[in-house]
This record gives sequence, structure tokens and C-alpha cells, in this order.
Amino acid sequence: MPRILGVDIPGKKRIEYALRYLHGVGLTRARAIAGEAGIDPAKKTDDLTPDELRSLLGVLQGYRVEGDLRREVSQNIRRLVSIGSYRGLRHRRGLPVRGQRTSTNARTRKGPRRTVGAVRDKAARQAMKK
Amino acid sequence: MARSIKKGPYVDAKLLKKAETMNRSGDKRIIKTWSRRSMIVPDFVGHTFAIHNGKQHVSIFVTENMVGHRLGEFAPTRVFRKHGSHTDKTVSQK
Repeated sequence: MPRILGVDIPGKKRIEYALRYLHGVGLTRARAIAGEAGIDPAKKTDDLTPDELRSLLGVLQGYRVEGDLRREVSQNIRRLVSIGSYRGLRHRRGLPVRGQRTSTNARTRKGPRRTVGAVRDKAARQAMKK
Repeated sequence: MARSIKKGPYVDAKLLKKAETMNRSGDKRIIKTWSRRSMIVPDFVGHTFAIHNGKQHVSIFVTENMVGHRLGEFAPTRVFRKHGSHTDKTVSQK
């Protein structure tokens, strides 16, 4: 179980699939990386020689993956929030950003359903405020 | 689909002219506008715009990292009034 870029430990899989455990690497990229490193994508990760591993790491330097990618994404969101744009507002509220409907669906952004209803009884309303 | 690069950013001609004359004279007045669809161009940086939200003009100071966004993005057109338990304010309106 070799470690690539610190935290990620791709298992006993072909490297074209094992590389996908990295944030920012999908199947297309994984194959491109394997190709660039001159490794057969069908080879199992455990069977890689230290040399091959090193060349994989070298190729990965050319891509923005893992922490760098996460940082870039969150920076972009932070920018939107800080300039007070509509998109930033939607991020802040945790609602869909790109104009999707929210009357129904949008569960990915909104999370599990929370029921909120009007409280008719005045006494109950007072109690809720406290 | 995104706008063609060839055309350049869309800015209301009136607004652009106003910003340019203000830049030349070094004026800093609030520009009242209804043109929410106009892209913010570098010329606008440092000016304050009063952007119409359908009801009133919201004044927004344009900074550098707003360039490339549209004016309308900074003047929300909807107000969310809370769901659920009624506050004193909403109850007294009835």
C-alpha cells in the first residue's frame, strides 16, 4: 500500500483506478498521468517499482490536486462571499448557486429535510422565542 | 452558453460613457443605474453605483475583484422573510 502525496493510500487496484483516490484525479486524468509516467495503466499499484512511483509523483506535480485544489476552490468561494455577490450569498445560505429550484429538491445543498411550520398558538410562539 | 470573447464584455454604452467622463474629471459621484445586466469593467473600480433592485437603488462600492461580474449580482431582487414561527413584526402586520 504505497502512499502518494501524504494521506492517500490507493489499494490493490490497477493504477488507473487507484489514482482516482486522489482529489482532483478522475479516470481520464489517471490514464493521462499513467501514460505520462510511462506506466501500464493496468499494472497493480503494489507491483510498482520505487522508480515508477517516483516518476508518478513527478508527473503529479504538473497537476493541481488534493490540498492545492481544495484550497483553490475554497478561495474562489471565499472571494464570491467577500464581494457580496449573489452567488456568494447562496453559498453562505447553503442553497443552490446556479439558479436551480428550491421549492422542491435541492437536497444536496440543503441537507436532510427540516420541517418548519407556522405556529398558530400564541402561547407556543412565546415559548419558542425563549 | 457564454458570451463570445470576440464581442467583448457587455456594458451599457451610457454607463461606460458616464464612468469615463467621471474618471477623466476625477469625479466621485454615485451613478444611479437600472442596467443590472452590465458587466463591471476595470473603469468602474472605485466608483459607487446605485443599482436598481426592482424597487429601489442599492448603492454598491465597486472594488477590483468585482470586475467581470455583472452589476445585478450585487443588488438582490428578493427578500427572504422567515418561514415558521411568526415574529412580532409579521404578526402586527395582519
